[in-house]
Amino acid sequence: MKQLVILSGKGGTGKTSIAAAFAHLLSLDGVPLRAVFADADVDASNLELVLAPRVITREAFRGGLFANIDQDICTGCGLCQEVCRFDAIGDISMPQFQRLADRRYAELGMLKTQLLDKPVVDPIACDGCAACVYQCPEGAISMQDQIVGEWYRSESRYGPLFHAALRPAQENSGKLVTLVKQQARLLAMDGDYDLVLVDGPPGIGCPVIAAASGADLALVVAEPTAAGVHDLQRALETTNHFHIQTLVCINKVDIYPAGTAEIESFCQEQGIQDFGNIPFDLAVTEAMVQGQPVTLYAPSSPSSQALRELWDKLEAFLQNEGVR
Amino acid sequence: MLIAIASGKGGTGKTAVATALAQTLARTGLSVSCLDCDVEAPNAHIFLRPNFLESKPVEMLIPQIDATLCSGCGECARVCQFHAIVVLGGQTLVFPELCHGCGSCTLVCPDGAINEMSRRMGILKGGLSPEGINFGHGLLNVGEPMAVPVITQLKKWRDYKDAEVVILDSPPGASCPVVESIRGANFVILVTEPTPFGLHDLCQAFELTRELDIPAAVIINHDGIGNSDVEGYCREVGLPVLLRIPLERKIGEGLAQGKTLLEIHPEYEVTFRTLYTQIAEKIAQLAVIEGVQ
Repeated sequence: MKQLVILSGKGGTGKTSIAAAFAHLLSLDGVPLRAVFADADVDASNLELVLAPRVITREAFRGGLFANIDQDICTGCGLCQEVCRFDAIGDISMPQFQRLADRRYAELGMLKTQLLDKPVVDPIACDGCAACVYQCPEGAISMQDQIVGEWYRSESRYGPLFHAALRPAQENSGKLVTLVKQQARLLAMDGDYDLVLVDGPPGIGCPVIAAASGADLALVVAEPTAAGVHDLQRALETTNHFHIQTLVCINKVDIYPAGTAEIESFCQEQGIQDFGNIPFDLAVTEAMVQGQPVTLYAPSSPSSQALRELWDKLEAFLQNEGVR
Repeated sequence: MLIAIASGKGGTGKTAVATALAQTLARTGLSVSCLDCDVEAPNAHIFLRPNFLESKPVEMLIPQIDATLCSGCGECARVCQFHAIVVLGGQTLVFPELCHGCGSCTLVCPDGAINEMSRRMGILKGGLSPEGINFGHGLLNVGEPMAVPVITQLKKWRDYKDAEVVILDSPPGASCPVVESIRGANFVILVTEPTPFGLHDLCQAFELTRELDIPAAVIINHDGIGNSDVEGYCREVGLPVLLRIPLERKIGEGLAQGKTLLEIHPEYEVTFRTLYTQIAEKIAQLAVIEGVQ
């Protein structure tokens, strides 16, 4: 079983549209590749909008620990505020905590005046480090977890799909990505699948590291813009840092020829295979509106043809040339 | 006034809007700061072309164990919520990439065996653009998982906050780096595109602004593709659509070449001035309402 992850430094380069097309194409082969799909962009999980999944199991994802001060025990000594390095503890004379007091503490049925000399926690700013818990001389602080998202195992039109929805404003997206991917891998191993196809998040930080870790091959989708080379470079440095073999494809290749040339020469310099280009094609958006992979919606469109070529090459690469 | 630009989905045109707005306001004579908070893939400098004069490393304090004092009691490992410390066979090991720099271990160590040293996780760069925009961005080091501390330090750096208007260009998504970017903003502009992906991610981003209690409005970019579902959603939840930017080859090509919207279509200066007036009015109205309450 091989694990392929689709990445990009910049967002909106077409990762999900490409992943959806691959999902469709690999189902068409004479001997179809059996694949499990994982949407690792849990902040903006869009693969489900194209793969039409039927949810089979749905599970809560808990996390996002934050400190909770028991106002009855708290003496207002202020030590917690002193040790917090995330500016997450304050008192309601400070503007950002005033709003918080209005909203959250109303839920607890407390009057603002009761809170005047007591510290309050901003759960959104709280990093969950629990330093205050261990320093509070009264033992008035405990950590509280919350449901920060859900993850799903679904049956999509092309095979099993693991995906998730992180609630807005939550952290731990790296952990949720890891969970989604682990579940996909487990099923792939148990069911003797050929491939785990991971649709990754943009950027280079924690969710990307979680999405890319353990991949046999990464496909980085670049865009020929003034920013494109810069973002591509950072994505490549990241896969390189984690020793993941990487290929590059350029999407919307014809919007700025000078940008394309720059990316091509950059890839050459780096000894990275530029694996194929996809032209700018409104059929991609039309397909998305119809909730279909472009290769299904408009098989003879220029983008579909390019995607087919790209997939054939990738498939051969995964199977024949062998991935390190 | 702090105005943040966010989106949910990537590639919808956050940076195009942020840079055009910053440029417009600078030309009207306002003092403007523009902070590119997308520290994983910063791009705004390509459009605003600042002359970077200053830089500052982003550091985090991480524990360093003095083996001669450490008794191997494991208290530090017990309090660490991030599994960044492990005690193995009486030896205390630190995994710097997992450390959040909270200092809890140092506080609890009964042997006084932990000193904190700074670890570099990125860099901040700042300078003035030719138009006088006080610009700054952060770069997260490759392989480093945590973007938030870089954003936090960027927002506190130099004299950015003193400007009459601060534009915050946020990263895509709706989780912690976005929260850190838009925290403290008076207003959020959500840039989206009229497609199912755009709509799905707009909902996420809008919920985030509600969670943070920040008023928001929408700019629809690439107008003309897709369908009208984004418009429908905005009407339904009462999100004003302040501007529509058409899908136009000239704009796409211009942005690809690193030109700002104002450089591609000079008439956008008027459009963005109107946009700013609308936002300023909304903020003023809300301030009045709050004052009454």
